[in-house]
Amino acid sequence: MALLEVNNLGISFGGLRAVDDFSISIEKGQLYGLIGPNGAGKTTVFNLLTGVYKPNLGIIKLDGADITGKKTIDVNRAGIARTFQNIRLFGKLSVVDNVKVGLHNQMGYSVLASILRLPSFKKVEAQLQEKALEILKVFDLDKEADVLASNLPYGKQRKLEICRALATNPKLLLLDEPAAGMNPMETLELMETIRFVRDHFDMTILLIEHDMKLVSGICEELTVLNFGRILCQGKTSDVLNNPEVIKAYLGE
Amino acid sequence: MEFIEFLINGIRLGSVYALIALGYTMVYGIAKMLNFAHGDVIMVGAFIVYTTCNTLGLSPVVGIIAAVVLCTSLGILIEKIAYKPLRGATSNLAVLITAIGVSYFLQNAALLIFGAAPKNFTSIVPYEGVKLAGGEITIDGETIVIIAVSIVIMIVLSLFIKKTKAGQAMLAVSEDKGAAQLMGINVNGTISLTFAIGSALAAVAGMLFCSVYPGLSSTTGSMPGIKAFTAAVFGGIGSIPGAFIGGILLGVIENLSKAYISTQLSDAIVFSILIIVLLVKPTGLLGKNIQEKV
Amino acid sequence: MKVNCLKQKFINLKANKPLRNDLTTYGIVILAYVIIQILGMAGMINSQLKGLLVPICVYAILAVSLNLTVGILGELSLGHAGFMCVGAFTSAFFSKCMVEVIPQAFIRFPLALLIGAASAGLFGVLIGIPVLRLKGDYLAIVTLAFGEIIKNIINTINIGRDSNGLHFSMKSAMDLGMEKDGVFLIKGAMGITGTPGDSNFTVGAVLLLITLFVVLNIVRSRDGRAIMAIRDNVIAAESVGINITKYKLLTFAISAALAGVAGVLYAHNLGSLTATPKTFGYNMSIMILVYVVLGGIGNIRGSMIAAIILYVLPEMLRGLQTYRMLIYAVVLIVMMIYNWAPKSIAWRETHSIKDLLAKAKGAIASKSKKGGN
Repeated sequence: MALLEVNNLGISFGGLRAVDDFSISIEKGQLYGLIGPNGAGKTTVFNLLTGVYKPNLGIIKLDGADITGKKTIDVNRAGIARTFQNIRLFGKLSVVDNVKVGLHNQMGYSVLASILRLPSFKKVEAQLQEKALEILKVFDLDKEADVLASNLPYGKQRKLEICRALATNPKLLLLDEPAAGMNPMETLELMETIRFVRDHFDMTILLIEHDMKLVSGICEELTVLNFGRILCQGKTSDVLNNPEVIKAYLGE
Repeated sequence: MEFIEFLINGIRLGSVYALIALGYTMVYGIAKMLNFAHGDVIMVGAFIVYTTCNTLGLSPVVGIIAAVVLCTSLGILIEKIAYKPLRGATSNLAVLITAIGVSYFLQNAALLIFGAAPKNFTSIVPYEGVKLAGGEITIDGETIVIIAVSIVIMIVLSLFIKKTKAGQAMLAVSEDKGAAQLMGINVNGTISLTFAIGSALAAVAGMLFCSVYPGLSSTTGSMPGIKAFTAAVFGGIGSIPGAFIGGILLGVIENLSKAYISTQLSDAIVFSILIIVLLVKPTGLLGKNIQEKV
Repeated sequence: MKVNCLKQKFINLKANKPLRNDLTTYGIVILAYVIIQILGMAGMINSQLKGLLVPICVYAILAVSLNLTVGILGELSLGHAGFMCVGAFTSAFFSKCMVEVIPQAFIRFPLALLIGAASAGLFGVLIGIPVLRLKGDYLAIVTLAFGEIIKNIINTINIGRDSNGLHFSMKSAMDLGMEKDGVFLIKGAMGITGTPGDSNFTVGAVLLLITLFVVLNIVRSRDGRAIMAIRDNVIAAESVGINITKYKLLTFAISAALAGVAGVLYAHNLGSLTATPKTFGYNMSIMILVYVVLGGIGNIRGSMIAAIILYVLPEMLRGLQTYRMLIYAVVLIVMMIYNWAPKSIAWRETHSIKDLLAKAKGAIASKSKKGGN
C-alpha cells in the first residue's frame, strides 16, 4: 500500500480552479518530484496536503488513514512535515531552539514542571538538546547551534528548515523548492543531503523544484502540473522526454 | 417622540466621532500607525477657538479659521518631528509609544498654559433650534450644524480622494509605499497632506464637540479620541465610509444606552458591542480582509 | 567531593548564559531590597520614598507580566490594567469579608493572593478568546475595550452585608435595602474602603521575585519556545504541530494572573480602592506598555528596571510641579527616536563608544610611538 494516496483533489478560489482532479500515489521510501511552470498550483497542492487550505473535493490518505480537511497541527501529528518556499524560520530563536520547537510533540513535560524546574524538566531538556544537536549534525549545522536563525546565511536557513521539519519525526517530508537561490555547488551538496536524509531517516520525500538537474538527479518519479491539472505522471526519464512537458516548459 | 430626540442626539454625537474617526482612519491607512495624539489635537483646536473668542473677544469666524490653520500646521509638525524619523523602524510599537509621548506632551502643555480648572466654552453656532412635529421635537442649532458639517465633509473627502490627483496619490501610498515612490509620487508630501487633513478635521470636531459639551480641559480630547478610534476599528480601519458609519453607530448606541439602560454602563455597552462585532467580523464592518500567503 | 560538585555547577553556570542572566536578575532585586532595608534602618529613607516602595513592586510586576504577552507572544495588549483591577477588587472584597473570620494576616493574605490571581487569570482566558481570531491593532482595541468594560462594571457594583446576609445591586447603594446594622462592602464608584493593609515592601519584593521566577522559567522552557515560535512565525509553528490556541490562551492567562497579583499587592497597600480612569483605565495600561517598550520588548529584566526608573523619576520630580510630565513626554519621544529610528541606529553603529575608544587608543598609541622615536 502506498504511503500517500491522493484522489481527485480539487480546490477553487473565487471561481478559479487552482487545483483540479489531482491524484498521486507515493510509495514508502520514494523520492518524488512535483514540477511545473510558475503558477501551476504546486505550492497549493502542498497547502492542501498540510491542511493550510481545505479541499473542495477529493481524499488524502496517509498510511491508510484519511487526513482530508484536518487542521495543520493534526496533519503534522499524523506524520507530514514541510518546508516553505519563502523561508519561515523562528528568526529570533537560536538554531538549536528552532529544532527543539520541531521536537515539541516528541518529548515534553508539564507547564508546572517548567515553572518549578522539576527533575522531569532537566531530564527532558537534556534529551532535547542531545536530539536537536544530533539532527543538526546531519546538516553540518551543529557548530552554529547558538546562532540566531535569522543570522544564518540563506543556504543554511534552507537546511535548518529541513532539520526542523525532520525533528517532528514525520513519515512524509514535503520540500518546497529546497534549492531556490542556491549556486550549482550548493545544489549538488543539497542533492547528496536529501538522498542521505532519505536513507538515514528512512524517509519518504515529495519535493517541488525548478532545478531540472536536481529533479532528474534524485527524483525517481515525477508529476507535472500545468494550470492546476496533471499534465503527465511517471518515471522521471519518461516524463522529462514527454513532448507535452517540453512544450509546457518551453512554450510553442 | 422622546426616542427620536435621543436618536437625533445620538447622531449628533456620532457625527463628531465620525469626523475624528476619519482622521484616525486616513492616517492609519497611509502610515499604518495608530496616532494616539489625534484625540489631543481636538483639545488643541477647541482651546484655540476658546482663546480667540472668549479671551481675545474676536469673532467665531476668526477662531474657526485660526483653529483649522494652526491645527493643520501642528499635525504636519508632529508628523515631521516625531513620526517621520521612525518610518521603517523594525517594530511598529515604537511609533505607537512615540504617539503616546506626543499625546502626553500636548495634554501637559495645555495644562501648563490653561490650568487644571475646566473652561466654559461658548458655542460657535449662532443659530436657534427648530421645532418639529408640532413642537414635540426640538432640534437645536448645534445639532443641525454638526450633522450637516460632517455629511458635507464626508462627501467632499470622498470626492477629493476619488477625483483629484492628490487623493489618488493617497490611495496609492496606502496600498504600497515603495511602488508609489517608483511611480513618481511624492510619498513624504502625501503623508504630510494626510496628517494635515486629519488634523484640520480634528480641529473642526473639537470646536463642534465643545459647542455641545462646553467643559474644556486638557483631557477633553482623550475620551472622544478613544471612542472615535473605536469607531474607526468598528467600521473597518482604513475605510473612509467605514469610519463614518462606525462613528454614527457608536454615537447612537452610546446615547440610546444612556437613555434607556444605564448612564454608568453606557461605555461598557458600547465596548461590548464593538467586541461582538469584531468577533463576528474580525476586520470591522467595511474592512478589507487580507490573508497571508503561504 | 562536595567542592568538586560545586565547581562543576559553577562551570555549568559559566557555560549557561541564559541561566546566568536570570540569576543576575534575581540578584538585582535581592540586592536592591537589602540596600533599601539597611538604608531604612539607618533612617536614610524619607517618607516620600517609603511610600513609593510598594507601588514600585506593583509596577515592576505589571511590566514583567505584560512583557510576557507583548514581548514573548508578540501580541499588543492595551488592557493590562483591567486584569490588575480584577485582582485588586476580588482580593480586597475577600479580605474585607474575612477580616473577622480569619484575623491572621499570614493566612488571609495568601488566600487573597490566590483568589486575586485566579480571577484575573480567568479573565485573561476570556480575553484570550478574541485573541485567537484577531490580529494587531484590532486586538489592541479589543483589549482596551475589555479593560474599560471591567472598570465600568466594577464602578456600578454595590454590595452590602447586614443581619439578613449579603445584598447586591448594580443601580445604587440605596437600592441595597439594608437593615440599620448593614455595612457596605463595595459602594459603587466609591469602591472598597478599609481593606486590611496586609502588604508591605517585603511582601512586594517577594511577589516580584516570584513573578520573575515564573516568567523567566516559562520563557526558558519548551512552552516558552513554543510561544516565541508563534510570535516569530505562526504558519511555521502550526506546521510543526504547535497548538496555537493552547499557547495563546496559556500566555494570556499567566500574564493576567500575574497582573492580578500586582492588583492584590496594590489593594492591600491602600486603605481605599476605587476604579478611576487614572488607576485602572486605559491610561494605566498604556503606561505599563511604555515601561515594556522602553525596557526592551521581550527583555524581562529590562522591563522591570524601566518600570522602576520611569515610575520613580516623575515622582521624584514633583518639585518641578507641572513641568515634570512635560519633561517626561519629551524624554519619551526622544528615547523612542534614539532607540528605534533607522537613521539613529545607523549613526550609532558608526559612532559606538567601543569604536571611539578604539580610535582614541590608536591615536594615543601612535603618539607615544612618535614620542619614542
